[in-house]
Amino acid sequence: MVENPVRPRAAKILGIFPQAEKEWTFRVENSAPVRHGQFMQLSIPRVGEAPISISGFGDGYVDFTIRKVGKVTDELFALKKGDIIFLRGCYGNGWPVEKMKGKNIVVVAGGTGVSPVKSLINMFYKDPDYAKEIYLILGFKNSKSILFADELKQWKAAEHFHTFYTLDNEDCPGWNKGLVTGFIGKIPFDSFDGNYECIVVGPPVMMKFSGAELLKNNVPEEKIWMSFERKMSCAIGKCGHCRIDETYVCLDGPIFNYTIGKKLVD
Amino acid sequence: MNQAKTYLLTPEACDQLFARLEERFDLYAPVRVPAGGRYAQTDSILYRQIHKYSEIEFRERSTYPMKEVLTPITQTLFYFTEDEYRESKGPKKDMLVFGRACDLNSIKIQDQMYLKNGDVEDYFYKRVRDRVKFVLMECTTQFDGCFCCSVGANQTDLHSLAASFREDGVYFEVRDKEFEEYFRGAEPSDYEIRFPQENEMKVKYPVIDSLDLANKIKGHPMWKEFDERCIGCGSCTVACSTCTCFETTDLVYTQNAHVGERRRTCSSCMVDGFDRVAGGASFRKTTAEKYRYKILHKVYGYDARFHQGPMCVGCGRCSARCPQLISYPETLNKLSKAIEEIKQEEGARNG
Repeated sequence: MVENPVRPRAAKILGIFPQAEKEWTFRVENSAPVRHGQFMQLSIPRVGEAPISISGFGDGYVDFTIRKVGKVTDELFALKKGDIIFLRGCYGNGWPVEKMKGKNIVVVAGGTGVSPVKSLINMFYKDPDYAKEIYLILGFKNSKSILFADELKQWKAAEHFHTFYTLDNEDCPGWNKGLVTGFIGKIPFDSFDGNYECIVVGPPVMMKFSGAELLKNNVPEEKIWMSFERKMSCAIGKCGHCRIDETYVCLDGPIFNYTIGKKLVD
Repeated sequence: MNQAKTYLLTPEACDQLFARLEERFDLYAPVRVPAGGRYAQTDSILYRQIHKYSEIEFRERSTYPMKEVLTPITQTLFYFTEDEYRESKGPKKDMLVFGRACDLNSIKIQDQMYLKNGDVEDYFYKRVRDRVKFVLMECTTQFDGCFCCSVGANQTDLHSLAASFREDGVYFEVRDKEFEEYFRGAEPSDYEIRFPQENEMKVKYPVIDSLDLANKIKGHPMWKEFDERCIGCGSCTVACSTCTCFETTDLVYTQNAHVGERRRTCSSCMVDGFDRVAGGASFRKTTAEKYRYKILHKVYGYDARFHQGPMCVGCGRCSARCPQLISYPETLNKLSKAIEEIKQEEGARNG
């Protein structure tokens, strides 16, 4: 029998960890190899299928941090530990981790946009020798929508991490106030001697303005990497929903260098 | 020189041939569905399984394209229970499908998408495609809005047999040796089946040679009129021989909500929701943007990725089906003009 690339496989929910009011992390059984920044197609029979970023992974599991905003995600929130969901993948190219070896890393991420880059940040955290200094500009709408609070604390305390945590429109102790773009100017790009890479993930508008702000700070386009979110029905280049001109986000992305990403006009 | 042998069959002999072919193949061809049309007292011509010569409607173009035999508008992919997704069954027999040169050429585009893009074969397409052979239907007349010659889709080599249907019989040309046995004893003929050489409608298919140019065209005012004219109904993409996009949806059986089907349904970039992500954001909000996206896929995106020319076989069905009478060839002409304008502007700026 020929392998069917779109047949989902059953996977048990190993744990559910609420992060915020509307965002929970689902830990699900998985034995497929994962790269940082990839996604999977997650199915609930009778509800449907949706592409979801992998927010973490380890021996025998993947984590999905999901916001309760869609048909599939709503149904997910009714499930319990031990229930079965269906997966296929992983899909997508993932972050260019090799390119990041030994460099300073700047991450600008907003809201659920932290998910696709979280496992990568954790790798930098656990292996301080992999990259150099890590600069995190992480933004959330308000204190109720803060994700990964425990990890945020750990990263803040790490010696090789420099963190700028901000809430868009709320005063909150220990947090800055304002959009992530306002903190890009605080990154000492000049001191990097060209040895750095930047990561930008978040809603389209946030990515657009963060990209512009990085360029304003004389960051070369080639050093900026972005993760795109598009609708997908298949994730294998057939259904057409994620296509932008000759580019298929599922096959060629979801991570794009800015030199390519800036030309992707839907 | 025409090496293939050609035979003339009476309608009765054709029925006998079909009966023998049906031992191995299910036969699919356009048939007339009386009163099945969009307006009162109009017919539809749709692809159906056929058994006899008299069922085939060869005098007109089919309303919907041949692709629906291979990729139906809706098909069941999987049956699911609580703990398993199981594939639906594929075709039980080989299939012999009748189509015109444009229809057959559209299959190359379907193949490109379903079998080659991403270096992954679509299981559900592949299991059908492997069992299909084609019969070319000669175009003895042309239909309103045909422009296959303008996109090089007037010739094909994908067929096993070619047929020229007449009121009193059928000329069959045998290209694939495995079909020769079916014609033993039939009356040979020196009739030569031809491809269309020239269409009444001629389209200068626009060429967009770079993504930068494509992006400039996106900002051109030519698209604005389609906000007024196009209603975003998706009729053109359903009627398109080459459109391949689909949606995946689950449905449950009413007596047991844990058991059901996962279906693939043809979808359209002209319709709201095509690009909507979880949370409700979408990227092309206006009808003009949707129409521009569709046209630029046909003209630019497909060729830029696969280097196979336009994603269009000139069958004319999109214009024929448009309830707003929007002409695709006319859009192409406007696009050619827009490209000229942009290039001239650039030339002036650089000069």
